[in-house]
Amino acid sequence: MTRPLVLLGGRVIDPSRDLDQPADVLIQDGKIAGLGASLGTPDGAEVRDVRGKVVAPGLVDVHVHLREPGNEDVETIATGARAAAAGGFTAVCAMPNTDPVTDNQAAVGFIVRQSVRAGLARVYPIGAVSVGQKGERLSEFGEMVGAGAVAVSDDGKPVVSSHLMRTALEYARTFGVPVADHCEEPTLAAGGVMHEGLVATRLGLKGMPPAAEEIMVGRDILLAGLTGGHVHLCHVSTRGSVELIRRAKEQGIHVTAEATPHHLTLTDRACEGYDTHAKMNPPLREGADVAALRAALAEGVIDCIASDHAPHAYDAKEAAFDDAPFGIVGLETAFGVAHTELVLGGVVSLPELLRRMSTVPAAVFRLPEGGGTLRPGAPADVTVLDVAAPWTVDPAAFFSKSRNTPFAGRTLTGRAVLTLVGGKIVHDAAPSPEAAASR
Amino acid sequence: MTAVLGKDLVGLEHLSADQIRLVLDTAEPFKEVSERPIKKVPALRGKTIVNLFFEASTRTRISFEFAEKRLSADTVNVAASGSAVQKGETLVDTAKNLEAMRIDMVVIRHPSSGAAQFLGNRIRSNVINAGDGKHEHPTQGLLDLLTIRDKHGRIEGLKVCLVGDILHSRVARSNIWGLSKLGAEVGVCGPDTLMPRGIEELGVCRFRRIEEAIEWADVLNVLRLQLERMEAGFIPSLREYFRVFGVTVERLDKVPRALTIMHPGPMNRGVEIESRVADGPHSVILDQVTNGVAVRMAVLYLLAGGRPELADAAKGPSGGSE
Repeated sequence: MTRPLVLLGGRVIDPSRDLDQPADVLIQDGKIAGLGASLGTPDGAEVRDVRGKVVAPGLVDVHVHLREPGNEDVETIATGARAAAAGGFTAVCAMPNTDPVTDNQAAVGFIVRQSVRAGLARVYPIGAVSVGQKGERLSEFGEMVGAGAVAVSDDGKPVVSSHLMRTALEYARTFGVPVADHCEEPTLAAGGVMHEGLVATRLGLKGMPPAAEEIMVGRDILLAGLTGGHVHLCHVSTRGSVELIRRAKEQGIHVTAEATPHHLTLTDRACEGYDTHAKMNPPLREGADVAALRAALAEGVIDCIASDHAPHAYDAKEAAFDDAPFGIVGLETAFGVAHTELVLGGVVSLPELLRRMSTVPAAVFRLPEGGGTLRPGAPADVTVLDVAAPWTVDPAAFFSKSRNTPFAGRTLTGRAVLTLVGGKIVHDAAPSPEAAASR
Repeated sequence: MTAVLGKDLVGLEHLSADQIRLVLDTAEPFKEVSERPIKKVPALRGKTIVNLFFEASTRTRISFEFAEKRLSADTVNVAASGSAVQKGETLVDTAKNLEAMRIDMVVIRHPSSGAAQFLGNRIRSNVINAGDGKHEHPTQGLLDLLTIRDKHGRIEGLKVCLVGDILHSRVARSNIWGLSKLGAEVGVCGPDTLMPRGIEELGVCRFRRIEEAIEWADVLNVLRLQLERMEAGFIPSLREYFRVFGVTVERLDKVPRALTIMHPGPMNRGVEIESRVADGPHSVILDQVTNGVAVRMAVLYLLAGGRPELADAAKGPSGGSE
């Protein structure tokens, strides 16, 4: 049993209860024990002065790649969970495109065990839609959910067969999990390495047209309508997709969607000079797409922000653009980028950003421990954020094993200083000497 | 020393009009070297150059090699097969190894766009792009400019149309930048399936019919149509391509002016160009090849730190300029 902890005098923002006020937060027995003005300090409690800081529910990222099993040289569940904690995340959902693929209950159970062993941010497995992510046969959703999977996805690749997607949506209803789809029409996107547009034309790189994403977004929406299943659209990147999702939601179709910090802030111009740190799939699009995604986030058409944290070896991106892998790390920059660009940029308020990075994603994926709330009695998954001090992104200082980020050298405002999972400190930017010695 | 063109020649997009003119002017005195019985001047004596070809090439590689040898450089040819080794790793390792051997210049041809810049950013040696993916082929663009200037006495105000597969063509991109910077009007003509997105935003006129392009242009630069494009479904057949887009005597005869005909080679006779056009009186296709050596000598000379105003003197005593 750890000592009770009092977070003293912070600005407490709990989007789950539309709460935004100065208050103390008492954490006891791993739970939120109390929240209010001058709670008092129980005997033996550790008191952290968080005046001037924001106390919020732990951030939740429903889309990360932790590379274990299979590529432990670039990330492990433990290092990924540590990076998550440093980024203010208390729960992340790990995509199943591991090696071997996470497509059965034993593989799901392995991730749960590694997560518990690490004891950092909670890592929830996502099971594969199809066996081996081959797009042929459904994997055993029931057993995977029983072992701890919170969703199914073939992310990394799309579910190409419309029949398979239909049956996945139908079958997943039994277990109450979403089917998360990476929307990409493979024949249109084949060989593409960036957004199809003027920059690709100038660089002589093969583009992926927006229609490659939108065709699958449209298809998935139609199938969700047909089946009544819950489709979650991963990393939406185009204005056309936004319009399709908006219309589907108006019709009451059960569709949710995420956007990444990079798609909300960068355009295909980041690929200039063949910068492989701007190579991701879906690709960075145009200014009008970024504007549409931002508006959609503010309106709730895009439900949540997810990082699509995709670690790669330091030398893998040291290649010609065509030859470099897709993807960037994001856990340790997600909040800073989103806060700097979207809150300070006037797109959403800070409580609204926190809602879309904690309360909503926790609800969309129906996380078993809850999350996204500071309601008394809830597990104490809490993030303390410094939203005033600027900091400079230094990939060498990342807790992640990988460094592949387009935000290196950028000055951001907004960073987690203290992260608690179940009342336990899993990240502390400024540990007291006493606390540092005891941990 | 190397400031006139910068360290590397990666493309024409980032060169100024003055820099491009400088290369063309520097090429003029080098043309004569190739006409001598003893085709050698000492301008690059003691310089070591690696010709690094990750992609098959006959014309460009030989042209560079002649340019280097006629300037007295020591050259090594490396033909690296892209399929034999993992491409990305090879490029990094190749860069480091070349650096370690203290070579002066690298001429690189690579199937990936951006490969020349990638190499240039990682080694101190000068890097010359001899074609990177679908990006640029700057020395081809320069030799095309020189050939047009030789033929017409000017580039400014001319209407030059690129015909064919613009989408996959590095020659097209280098031509568009070079011609636009020197004040030509640039057209592109070909099927929509072989046109890159946003091409009009580069300031070019778009033609869908070859007849309209011929009506408009003073110069046609006819691009090679790769057989793979048909296999990949961009066009239904080479036969139909020739019928719809082929540059033929019949089509050219419909306009009163004689159009200058260019082709970067290698030609597919009877696909993008009719033999009688390629071999006809207004074809400058072999002049392009001749100018290729002079332009490459100029680029090598300038990147090696040669001063443009001394290019004439650099030719040595037998040049007759002393």
